Amino acid sequence: MSVEIRKIFTVVEEIRVEGGRPVNPPTRRAAAVAVIRNPYANQFVDDLSKLSDIGEELGDILPRRAVEALGIDGSAVESFGKAAVVGADGELEHAAAILHPKLGAPFRTILGKGAALIPSSKKRGGLGAPIDIPLGHKDAAKVRSHFDGMEVRVPDAPRDDEIVVAIAVTDSGRPHPRVGGLTKEEVKGEDGLV
Amino acid sequence: MSDIPIKKLVVQIEEIFHEGGPRAEKPLKRGAVLAVVENPFAGRYVEEIAGFMEDLKPVGLTMARKLLEAMGGDASEIEAYGKGAIVGGAGELEHGALWHNPGGYAMRELLGDTKAIVPSTKKVGGPGARIDIPVAHVNAAYVRSHFDAIEVGINDSPRANEIVLVLAMTTGSRIHARVGGLAAKDIKGEDGLR
Repeated sequence: MSVEIRKIFTVVEEIRVEGGRPVNPPTRRAAAVAVIRNPYANQFVDDLSKLSDIGEELGDILPRRAVEALGIDGSAVESFGKAAVVGADGELEHAAAILHPKLGAPFRTILGKGAALIPSSKKRGGLGAPIDIPLGHKDAAKVRSHFDGMEVRVPDAPRDDEIVVAIAVTDSGRPHPRVGGLTKEEVKGEDGLV
Repeated sequence: MSDIPIKKLVVQIEEIFHEGGPRAEKPLKRGAVLAVVENPFAGRYVEEIAGFMEDLKPVGLTMARKLLEAMGGDASEIEAYGKGAIVGGAGELEHGALWHNPGGYAMRELLGDTKAIVPSTKKVGGPGARIDIPVAHVNAAYVRSHFDAIEVGINDSPRANEIVLVLAMTTGSRIHARVGGLAAKDIKGEDGLR
């Protein structure tokens, strides 16, 4: 099954001033969001592997768009995340089937690495439902400066038989990080944690 | 002219392939750029505010350039435009009206000698407030296929002492436009109306 995309939304946020102080260079993050038809709306299906194949396609299409929107090389991405909003006639498990089994591999290929778990969230919602994509460092989940989140929404989606699938990437952590913990300079990047 | 710092900049592009009907040969792109700036008049009534329009001109140009670049960079591809502003809670609606002149000026600078008025809207709102930016054809306001609107907002802006400035552009008509009226191919493009 090839993914049936109705629209793709990309957004870049650049924070130049935070807490009254300039952020130099600005922190930047991008999300790419696809609105797709849910082939299993209103039906309970045991085998969701086709949705996982859709996840694999989107794991290539969406990170490519977001990295391009940032105008950087995939290897320069510092943190990442993913999320989905299932329309009213779908199941949370549909979102899980898209996000978890196969989306990560092509995503990591585009970034060159990505030893860490890709943080994720999912929910069911109506048109325009906002979702917060959790963000974490791509090679070491414990990098504290890179714990973050990015809110996205598509005003006309998901319709009842649709799913909104989102990924986010950044070229930086939070603006003015100062709560300690593991820093990006200390990352080993082997086990995905530190 | 003083230099107005942009605190946060958001660029978003929607690429629409269909909306339940036939898949478009050329997808429609709808884009918006949002800039968060400090409102110098927040918290008190100031009689003379018009000078701020001149200060906003470079902000407008920066925004219009960012947006056009994200839309693909070709000014001749832009068929419709719009603008708007959300004034934070310690400001006045009239402060949003300061955006009319510099916002329109910025897009005309980049898109050439466009004839039609840039449709606009404004409101006073809090962080996360959404605004529907009206959009219409760049050379003839009556082109029915190009009447559209793009909903935008930033989850953490505007704070009470901020203004969110918005510019919007599209590359064509609504994706399944079919309600008649003046068509883009029939315009004279002299008076900005037809």
